[in-house]
Amino acid sequence: MKFLQRLLHKSRRKSPWIFHLNTGSCNGCDIELVTCLSPRFDVEQIGIHLEGSPRHADILCVTGPVTRNTLEAIKTVYAQVCEPKAVVACGSCPASCNVFAGSPVIEGPLSKHIPVDVYVPGCPPHPDAIIAGIAQAAQILADRGIPKTAKGEEQS
Amino acid sequence: MILSGLIHLFLFPGLIFAIPAGWFFMWGEHKAVARMQRRIGPPLLQPFYDFVKLIGKRTPHRHGIEADLLRLYPTVSVVSLLGAMALLPVSPLGYGFSGDVVLLFALLEMPSICFILAGFTSGSLYGEIGAIREAVLGVANNLVFLLAIVTLAVTRGTFRLNDLAQPSWNPGHWIGVLGIFLCIPAKLRLNPFSTSSAEQEIYSGPLTEYGGAALAMWKLAHGLEWVALTGLVSTLILPAQGLWWLRPLLVFALSFVQVMVLSTVAAATARFTLQRSIRFYWQWAAVLAVLAVSSALYMRFH
Repeated sequence: MKFLQRLLHKSRRKSPWIFHLNTGSCNGCDIELVTCLSPRFDVEQIGIHLEGSPRHADILCVTGPVTRNTLEAIKTVYAQVCEPKAVVACGSCPASCNVFAGSPVIEGPLSKHIPVDVYVPGCPPHPDAIIAGIAQAAQILADRGIPKTAKGEEQS
Repeated sequence: MILSGLIHLFLFPGLIFAIPAGWFFMWGEHKAVARMQRRIGPPLLQPFYDFVKLIGKRTPHRHGIEADLLRLYPTVSVVSLLGAMALLPVSPLGYGFSGDVVLLFALLEMPSICFILAGFTSGSLYGEIGAIREAVLGVANNLVFLLAIVTLAVTRGTFRLNDLAQPSWNPGHWIGVLGIFLCIPAKLRLNPFSTSSAEQEIYSGPLTEYGGAALAMWKLAHGLEWVALTGLVSTLILPAQGLWWLRPLLVFALSFVQVMVLSTVAAATARFTLQRSIRFYWQWAAVLAVLAVSSALYMRFH
């Protein structure tokens, strides 16, 4: 059983499939996130794959400062991602609402609505930083997937 | 006889061989596309990691007949493809199941039918559009596929796979093999004919509502389709005589060459619209196939 647990842990770390969710972003972070998939950065090397359906994904990459219109969509999409899952907040907007803070149509920051695991700061962040954030989220997700008792055994 | 059949089903070229081979071919597909785009591409074990990860996902429990059907379709696809693998005359020694090419065609067609049914059962709009596209594309390419099989059968005078699985000097044989090869991209939903799973338009098509273990089974079915279809072309081309270990090795190598060629073509081409895909099969390939069948019939009976 321990071998299977370790295999599952490694597989989760090696194959983070992401779903890209725009919550009213200015498209700056979206362009940087899509740049990660280009030949220059080639995220397929570490198993990252951009999926079209949240049901296939492991990691939710959120850009934008959470507008009122997108709030329900965020909750729905977060619920559709199967466990174990992780959330990466790309850019300054989901972390702090950035320059949109105080606007009446902004419901951010993101952590008020869904749990955020990794913040990637920047306006927009560099693709390298986004890849590092996703890799970190994959590690968090793999650790979270193991039930608490098994994890305790492994640490001891 | 039964023992040999079980070996074919479970050991070689069935379960134990076909599943790792399917993962390897899926890796080859992604690697070839990556190299065409000047990327490095995924590591060798990537399809295996994806499979284990998907198996380990906790999907929400669904109730009702639809949920059972949605779980059933990928399982039926994988089982029928394993049956198709067991039928392939890969090794020149004892023949496990002496099936014919019509049974093989039926087994190879099951994943496509399940894919269409899954699209309609899922109730997703994207799934339904994908299912319609897959059905239309299936009608288009199966005409050519069936005519290619008939050409093969008429030139050799038999439908039995074991007799067909040898090269021949008859041009009808090679035209038949070419016809089958031309249908592989449509059956695998590769790029020029990938309308039914076009991720930029309809997300994942019929697989949009899938997740977790059922999705893992669909990915496995895709790998097994690679092995079965390229394996069919390889067994029809390679000679059946010779050392017992040489033919399986050559079949595997030739199948991998086909994977590389088809993936390179997929990386180099854009997606056809549904109309153009149908025109390709019904206008060009079907005309050639009808000519091949009629000439084969003429040569046989005159």
